[in-house]
Amino acid sequence: MITAGIDCGSQNTRAVLMQDGKLVAKALLPTAFDADLAAQTVFEKALSDAGLKREDIDRVIITGVGREIVKWGDGEVNEVGAGARGARYAVPDTDTIIDMGADSCRVIRLNDDGSIMKYEVNDKCASGAGTFIEAMARALQISTEQMGDFSLRHTKELATNAQCVVFAESEVISLIHAKETREDIAYGVHMGIANRIASMIRRVGLTDRFTMIGGPAFNKGLVSCMSKVFGREIQVPDDNQFMTAIGAAIFAAENQ
Amino acid sequence: MAEIEKVEYWRWTESNWRNPEIPDWHGSLITAGVDIGSTSTQAVIMADGVPFAYSNMRTGSNSPDSAIGAINWAMKDTGLTLEDITYTIGTGYGRVNVPFSNKTVTEITCHAKGANYIYGPTVRTILDMGGQDCKAIHCDEKGTVTSFMMNDKCAAGTGRGMEVIANLLAVRVEDIGEMSFQIDEEPAPVSSTCVIFAKSEATKLMRSGWTKEKVLAAYCHAMALRVVRLLERNGMELDFAITGGIAKNVGVVRRIERLMGIQALKPTMDTQIAGALGAALLGKELVEKKRAKENQ
Repeated sequence: MITAGIDCGSQNTRAVLMQDGKLVAKALLPTAFDADLAAQTVFEKALSDAGLKREDIDRVIITGVGREIVKWGDGEVNEVGAGARGARYAVPDTDTIIDMGADSCRVIRLNDDGSIMKYEVNDKCASGAGTFIEAMARALQISTEQMGDFSLRHTKELATNAQCVVFAESEVISLIHAKETREDIAYGVHMGIANRIASMIRRVGLTDRFTMIGGPAFNKGLVSCMSKVFGREIQVPDDNQFMTAIGAAIFAAENQ
Repeated sequence: MAEIEKVEYWRWTESNWRNPEIPDWHGSLITAGVDIGSTSTQAVIMADGVPFAYSNMRTGSNSPDSAIGAINWAMKDTGLTLEDITYTIGTGYGRVNVPFSNKTVTEITCHAKGANYIYGPTVRTILDMGGQDCKAIHCDEKGTVTSFMMNDKCAAGTGRGMEVIANLLAVRVEDIGEMSFQIDEEPAPVSSTCVIFAKSEATKLMRSGWTKEKVLAAYCHAMALRVVRLLERNGMELDFAITGGIAKNVGVVRRIERLMGIQALKPTMDTQIAGALGAALLGKELVEKKRAKENQ
């Protein structure tokens, strides 16, 4: 059986194809202005990469914030359910998942059997999301991808205070004026995020087997700050950006 | 190739003022208040308890320079020099950075005192909407603070949030209020709390065919809702007055009035100088107390 999972995020849209529990194709495109068009295009790209046709796919499940816009799927699943399945696929014994997207952050606590025990979502405020890191990278005049390496090269424990993206931009500029290095500021920014996520973690309960998924999981500086704050190692699967789409494809196979 | 002028829509107009009713001052006491806010800096000079001159400028990256710039601009046509000022109080977020001040006082105390002077002793609730925070303050008939609540964590409901929207829609921040009423009917408020998300939401609304005016109405409405929640948590006691830069934005002020079903007192002076004015008044009281003690 071949199933597809499409994750319509606020910034990127991803499609994966899975055959009998194995990933066979994955594709990613920016969501841009038309979530429906992005979903169709990315799905076609995954199909052509795998040399498959639309008729070969048994079920297509849509997830992500844009899932209500995309009407042509065979069903939908929310990001919490999809993220949990995806993370478990990559790290079978994980029990706490940090799923950070461009505009939101979710912390999901699982039972031993993989079912969801409880979860916390912040989608009201950009302070714990990828957008925050992007805005700070802009203020530091480095790319978002460089944030991690800069942060890992920090030489002191710089703390930042601002929670709001808008205020944090001014704070970063003041720190630059105060001759703090970009490395130390990047570290301070990541520690700030890690501390905010820590308060979400406390609400679901601290466990041992952390997994981080979503685009910002690429940021090694952020992951290292989180490990430091939680006092736990954090697993980051290779296809961290595709975990929610993979979870949707697994959901598609489960719910025939 | 034609040069494209880069307009900074958030830039509000700086101003200074000198009291025309005091052509030549021969009194006994000059005090000053300097309010270094996150966004704007004001200096108010009082001659025997009457506003003599003031300036209202943007805070630069260096607070001491902003303080000196503001006091010099306020003194410009008064014939005064720093030596003529008996007592100066620094207030606001950058109050420790007023090099020529004799004392610092928090902006909450100063705003209540200043609002008491501007709006009269009947004021009990003051909403101070600043550049990076928003405060609901209760005070007594003397302008002494009895309680307050503030939001300084999130840009939603602050002047900075409004500036972000002004830049996005390419509308001068000073025109937002009037423009937000050029609509057929009041739209639903922008649903995002976070300014960053509200920006994406506003972009989507524009793309779906909304006019700038309608988007501004939805944003002013959302901001009014946010501060009304703060006001309600701290409790509303009449009379009610609004100070700070956003008090000049009728789009937000009238919507707050509509939501609360009350009228805010009409300001007789620049609402942004309330903090500095309060500081200068407190300075005057302090000096008078000290002089009275010495004369005993």
